[in-house]
Amino acid sequence: MRPVPLSAARHRADTEPAAARPDVVRIRGLTRSFGGPNILDGLDLDIADGAFVALLGRSGSGKSTLLRTLAGLDPAPAGTVTVPSERTVVFQEPRLLPWKSVWRNVALGLSGSNARGRAVAALQEVGLSHRIDAWPLTLSGGEASRTALARALVREPRLLLLDEPFAALDALTRMKMQGLVGSLWQAHRPAVLLVTHDVDEALLLADRVLVLAEGRIATDIPIALDRPRRHGDPGFVRLRARLLADLGVDEFEGEAVPAAPRPASRPVPAGHGAPAPVGA
Amino acid sequence: MATLSLTQPGGGFRIERFRRFIPPLAIVLLWQAGSSAGLIPPRSIASPATIIVTFWTLLASGELLQHLLVSLGRVTAGLAIGVTTGAALALIAGLSRRGEDLVDATMQMLRTLPFLALVPLFILWFGIGETPKIALVALGSAFPIYLTLFAGIRGVDAKLVEAASVFGLSQRELVRQVILPGALPSALVGLRYSLGSAWLSLVIGEQINASSGIGYLVMTARDFLRTDIIFVGLIVYALLGLGADQLVRAIERSVLRWRPSFVKA
Repeated sequence: MRPVPLSAARHRADTEPAAARPDVVRIRGLTRSFGGPNILDGLDLDIADGAFVALLGRSGSGKSTLLRTLAGLDPAPAGTVTVPSERTVVFQEPRLLPWKSVWRNVALGLSGSNARGRAVAALQEVGLSHRIDAWPLTLSGGEASRTALARALVREPRLLLLDEPFAALDALTRMKMQGLVGSLWQAHRPAVLLVTHDVDEALLLADRVLVLAEGRIATDIPIALDRPRRHGDPGFVRLRARLLADLGVDEFEGEAVPAAPRPASRPVPAGHGAPAPVGA
Repeated sequence: MATLSLTQPGGGFRIERFRRFIPPLAIVLLWQAGSSAGLIPPRSIASPATIIVTFWTLLASGELLQHLLVSLGRVTAGLAIGVTTGAALALIAGLSRRGEDLVDATMQMLRTLPFLALVPLFILWFGIGETPKIALVALGSAFPIYLTLFAGIRGVDAKLVEAASVFGLSQRELVRQVILPGALPSALVGLRYSLGSAWLSLVIGEQINASSGIGYLVMTARDFLRTDIIFVGLIVYALLGLGADQLVRAIERSVLRWRPSFVKA
């Protein structure tokens, strides 16, 4: 059924080249259920400081549950979870308070004298300096996402949790936001866990991709592609096919991993709109 | 003309804005014509001209103002008590499960009671002075604000609360910066209902053996078959209600200016 054996994925030492860096996240034996079968079932995971990790998985695979546990939003009834206290979340929706102006949303919960100055600096960095005093309900989808990013950035996190932050954006805005996240990560170097079901997004941004299946990390591969990455690169295409197979996309079941070039139309995991433009 | 003025909104004369005032104006004119022709007996309905003259006379003598101030005083006192109590109970019930268990069932039961049915009891308890009138206004205005503020607090988007707590807001800050602002639109609708209910209570209350107030003016006029004064009283009530509504709208425009409808305006 599943092309990759479960055990193959779980030896981090083999797959993480930058193992010298200390881990900011350490999970051992995390188990979680919502009354039915276990959503997370004895999951182990380490994330190195400054690593960009993408977490893929089908709907209901427990991706968001894992992220919420790391964010401290869900309890960890079984297992040990170690996370830095300097962590923050960008949610699937921007979740801005509509009655606070953009900069006040960014400065939400900040203490200290120069909250506004810090918020404005973060907004400048995401390219929103012209919307500092705007009301959130007047923002476009992309602007709201940028605000949410600025709100995370201003906290100078060691661990940045991104929960499908661009899923609701149109394709063009999504590409811009992916570029922005990539450059912000390179400038600030927090450890990032990006939960997504977009294989291309994971391959564009992450230096390590995980696939969550049956409650555990079923696939854990390093992405050693050069940046900036292109959709058409042979290495990109190969990894993409491999990950899609791991996600159980039917057309690739049992099929040999295709070398470049890619077929014209290619299915994308459920829940997604149009596939990202090829080789854009 | 009409199309021309449409291209410059806020500018010159717009026939559309005044068109809706034509039917009521026509009714008043017909009414006046009927009265002048003797078709409408003044014992049933005074003529508009008489009403205007009476209005002016009452205003000039200071009598109207004096009664108006008494009525306003009652409604202000009753509203202050009622809205404060209703809002306080809504906060207790809205912000904690224990508070809800303590308060909500009682409030929901009392709310179904037509509160005007309590008038006889109020007279027995409080006599016929100011107290029963103010108490009636307070009672009438407490429930709308309670219901809407409670629903508003519980209706605040849980995702916003969750996000705000992730970003390090304390319980207190969460209430002040997230929950209460989120409940405010609903509470302001409730405030409007409360004001409406307060006027209604005032009308009933002032018919309990009052010796001053707009209600007293109207009740006395009835004894002397002065329909013109009754109409003046009705008009004053209507204007007061309208004014109160405008007041809440002004409050809404200022505190809810983050809403797109106000942003665009």
